[in-house]
Amino acid sequence: MPKDHGIGASVKRREDIRFLTGQGRYTADIDLHKQTYAYFARSEMAHAKINKIDTKAAAAMPGVIAIMTGEDFVGMGGNPAGWYIPSRDGAAMKEPKRPVLAHGKVRHVGDAYAIVVAETLEQAKDAAAAIEVDFTELPAIVNMAEAVANSANRVHDEIDNNVCFDWGWIEDNRAAVDAAFAKAPHVTTLELVNNRLVPNAMEPRASIGDYDAGTGDYKLYTTSQNPHLTRLLISAFVMGIPENKLTVIAPDVGGGFGSKIYHYGEEAAVLAASKAIRRPVKWVAERSESFLTDAHGRDHVTRIQLALEKDGTFLALRTETMANVGAYLSNFSTATPTFLHGTLMAGPYKTPLVYVNVKAVFTNTAPVDAYRGAGRPEATYSIERIVDLAADELGIDKVEIRRKNLLTPDMFPYTSPVGLVYDVGNYQATLDKLIELGDLAGFEKRAAASKAKGKLRGLGLSTWIEACGIAPSHLVGQLGARVGLYDAATVRVNATGTISVMTGAHSHGQGHETVFAQIVAERLGIAESAVEIVHGDTSKIPFGMGSYGSRSLAVAGSAMVNAVDKIIAKGKKIAAHMLEAAEGDIEFADGKFSVAGTDKAKTFGEVAFSAYVPHNYPLETLEPGLDETSFYDPANFTYPAGAYACEVEVDPATGHVEIASFTCADDFGNVMNPMIVAGQVHGGVGQGIGQAMLENTTYDANGQLLSASYMDYAMPRAEDVPFYTVDHSCNTPCTHNPLGVKGCGEAGAIGSPPAVVNAVVDALQRGGYKHVTHIDMPVSPSRVWSAING
Amino acid sequence: MYDFEFVKPSTIAEATKALAGDGAQALSGGQTLLPTMKQRLAAPGTLVSLNGIAEMKGVCKGDGGLHIGAATPHAVVAKEAAAHYPALAALANGIGDPAVRNRGTLGGSVANNDPAACYPSAVLASGATVVTNKRKIAADDYFQGMFTTALEEGEFITEIAFPIPQKAAYVKFNQPASRFALTGVFVAKYADGVRVAVTGASNDGVFRWKEAEAALSKDFSAAALSGLTVDSSDFIHDLHGTPAYRGNLVKVLTARAVAAA
Ligand SMILES: Cc1cc2nc3c(=O)[nH]c(=O)nc-3n(C[C@H](O)[C@H](O)[C@H](O)COP(=O)(O)OP(=O)(O)OC[C@H]3O[C@@H](n4cnc5c(N)ncnc54)[C@H](O)[C@@H]3O)c2cc1C
Repeated sequence: MPKDHGIGASVKRREDIRFLTGQGRYTADIDLHKQTYAYFARSEMAHAKINKIDTKAAAAMPGVIAIMTGEDFVGMGGNPAGWYIPSRDGAAMKEPKRPVLAHGKVRHVGDAYAIVVAETLEQAKDAAAAIEVDFTELPAIVNMAEAVANSANRVHDEIDNNVCFDWGWIEDNRAAVDAAFAKAPHVTTLELVNNRLVPNAMEPRASIGDYDAGTGDYKLYTTSQNPHLTRLLISAFVMGIPENKLTVIAPDVGGGFGSKIYHYGEEAAVLAASKAIRRPVKWVAERSESFLTDAHGRDHVTRIQLALEKDGTFLALRTETMANVGAYLSNFSTATPTFLHGTLMAGPYKTPLVYVNVKAVFTNTAPVDAYRGAGRPEATYSIERIVDLAADELGIDKVEIRRKNLLTPDMFPYTSPVGLVYDVGNYQATLDKLIELGDLAGFEKRAAASKAKGKLRGLGLSTWIEACGIAPSHLVGQLGARVGLYDAATVRVNATGTISVMTGAHSHGQGHETVFAQIVAERLGIAESAVEIVHGDTSKIPFGMGSYGSRSLAVAGSAMVNAVDKIIAKGKKIAAHMLEAAEGDIEFADGKFSVAGTDKAKTFGEVAFSAYVPHNYPLETLEPGLDETSFYDPANFTYPAGAYACEVEVDPATGHVEIASFTCADDFGNVMNPMIVAGQVHGGVGQGIGQAMLENTTYDANGQLLSASYMDYAMPRAEDVPFYTVDHSCNTPCTHNPLGVKGCGEAGAIGSPPAVVNAVVDALQRGGYKHVTHIDMPVSPSRVWSAING
Repeated sequence: MYDFEFVKPSTIAEATKALAGDGAQALSGGQTLLPTMKQRLAAPGTLVSLNGIAEMKGVCKGDGGLHIGAATPHAVVAKEAAAHYPALAALANGIGDPAVRNRGTLGGSVANNDPAACYPSAVLASGATVVTNKRKIAADDYFQGMFTTALEEGEFITEIAFPIPQKAAYVKFNQPASRFALTGVFVAKYADGVRVAVTGASNDGVFRWKEAEAALSKDFSAAALSGLTVDSSDFIHDLHGTPAYRGNLVKVLTARAVAAA
């Protein structure tokens, strides 16, 4: 009988009941007394000088209460980049100010230059249309290579070649890597594009600013993955509101995928507008605004080279990448292509020498930042594509080339040539599991069946690792992070024995309310229904760095477990007093404090009650109450790993690709709720299939977004994905956190894109189209057909 | 969305009167019109709903073949045309998703004449007759380029009569994002010849591939198409395909439609 509750049980998601019955409470569902409506006037040009913005006529329109433009925010700070990345020659990172509203210039289509506040949304829209702007259009800078080459065209006037930084990792290893290439028996070279993605959270961004003139307190309701970080950025950098005067509430949030990690100008604008008019100001993005202004993902252009022995042994790897950061630096935009990408370029392999060069480039496009996987999908895609290409060039089987180069279990802890220390793993085990589950031995038979239908079948593999559980503060501090990346939890035992857990993690679809309750309940031996998980409100939670980077369980979960341990420790003291025994003799198990070797015991509820009604209590030595907080800073990243196999059927006449099967063997360490983990993998792989086959964010030469709606931006649908086979039985528990967990939220999106593309290229190779060695994502029907016929 | 007046006549005569007014526009399923209004790209003063007109709804056999009321939703066509004209029913069943099929109508689709819409290919390949509140228009005269038709001011479609073919099939290749036709081909074989209509491919909207018609009229087999070429010089070039790619699809899909018919 599998467990039906507690750690390891597939407990159904308690939050889904409210989501599925329409009772979730999202920012857009909140309406405040005397609320007003904001609409942002946004640039239709990608790049223009603002000569004049005349709001007089607009301000006189019916219902208009206030209009603010970039001028009104010049006294405020900019929205900063969270990581400082110096160039390899030591030059400082270029950090142009990112104002609340555009000032001087507009730099991408959708760049907001005014906020209009009115009694109704329609009135605000009408007035926005009546704002008279005098802009001088400037040439749009869209293509990265041209941006770098043409110093006359500048996104920011003070940055002459549009380069934010030119980063080398690890610069000291460069010469050794180049030397290894110079004498290598075989070098494989590949140029590839990691396509730009629009995050497409189901819930568009929304914010309500609510200033209380009586107390001077500000409240911000907003769609955020990390309300404390938003508060910190608004307080310390942008608006200077003291943190004790600002509450940030992120209620139910309908997906983020990274795009809601960041602080956006709209949040500051509604707060400032609310103060100016002394009424709440509400803004809800339309889907078109999401397309134009949510921080996009990925967008790398990479040249990668792998040096090998003729037998397939990897000798060295080097890459040159241009990473698009868009028009402004979003909060994690400098970390994503560097420390979340370059440090992963050894992958799960023994490659002794690795060098990574990344140039971050400004363009007149929406800011680009972390998106599900953040840097690790870029690394994994580059590595796994070139491994396949090298295998083809050398005539080596795709499983064998991987097995030959994978790290072996005896090599852990392993210090990679790009600076990470992998604590534990067993990559052969997941590969073996994959071979078995995916019935790789039966592939030829399936290929023959496909052929009989006129289809080409292909098999694509991906063996990947990632670094998550972000992150050890001392390490990221050395690497340029401007924040710590610990997390915090308060476990509050109420007088009647029920529990409120205040966690710094933020759930926006992941299922924290269920899983965290499973863990606390099991540890305390009480019913899950007695545990409430509270998140998303800076006035209730001690502190937190939010949810992204597959960190919630590994970091915030560890804080929660440590706080529970403190509760148990204090409970033992109380129980010792109640039971007239020595503290050292008290044992805690199954919700009971008992005296070792006797049948004397007090239940958890009795001890909790005593803590709040301390009639018989050691008041001289112990404070009443049962409420503990813990801050947890991880000792290392965690390193989930896995092996994926994708099988496709290609219709050579149309280029249509169907995914026939997708198999995942993952190592996430200990698994708290297998059903939720499987769901995370399904979602992640679905997103990876979307990137690999469908999603294509395209700007034209004028900086207009061509794929600006679902008419042209292809999202994966149920019919595009197969029934997945997922397994997470090959566990090597994390060695440095109390639950032994690694994180599973991004894995699917990290490991899957190369498996899909490898499978398509494999199908064409087997079909006799030997000239097709690579197809850039998305491998759409027209691209596949063009590759075949090219 | 801007404010507008709303009327819902119950007869064609009333609707004709209502649509003669200044700034009046017909509303059928609203699947195309309402999103444009929400984006403030259309601002009709009065919406005249055609959904309350009983004589514009339903599927029945008559002199002209299968008569379908213009206000009949796709889902109803999918169900009720199935026994009489399976290829047409299958086409209707492949439009959008259930919500779109339950609201969107034959008349709305054919009036809109989106270059990637499905119905126009059936109307043209069937040599159907578009019946309006004023006259009858042959399919060959009706379609006049993308989003352009023979309909005049105040004129609206009341019914379309589809001659029933001996054999027919519609094969649609989905545009990956919108799932409209990236290219779609409707092949219909009648006693007096074969008609082939192509949607999604041309900058001129739906068109007849006459070379294929001639070849198939002689020999109704996929093999009959093998020597033919498709002139893709004025085909659509967008994110989802080049003219050459669409040209290839026209050939491949026509062959598949013949095989499926
Ligand atoms: C998500 C989605 C997916 C879709 N997928 C497809 C697809 O795969 N294939 C496809 O072909 N279509 C597709 N459509 C379009 C769908 O078929 C629409 O229903 C159709 O284009 C318009 O029909 P309607 O009844 O909704 O018209 P409306 O939106 O009400 O009207 C459209 C236009 O036609 C005019 N009009 C309406 N009725 C008449 C009439 N009787 N006479 C004259 N003018 C009239 C209106 O004034 C308006 O200008 C899709 C739509 C959506 C929203």
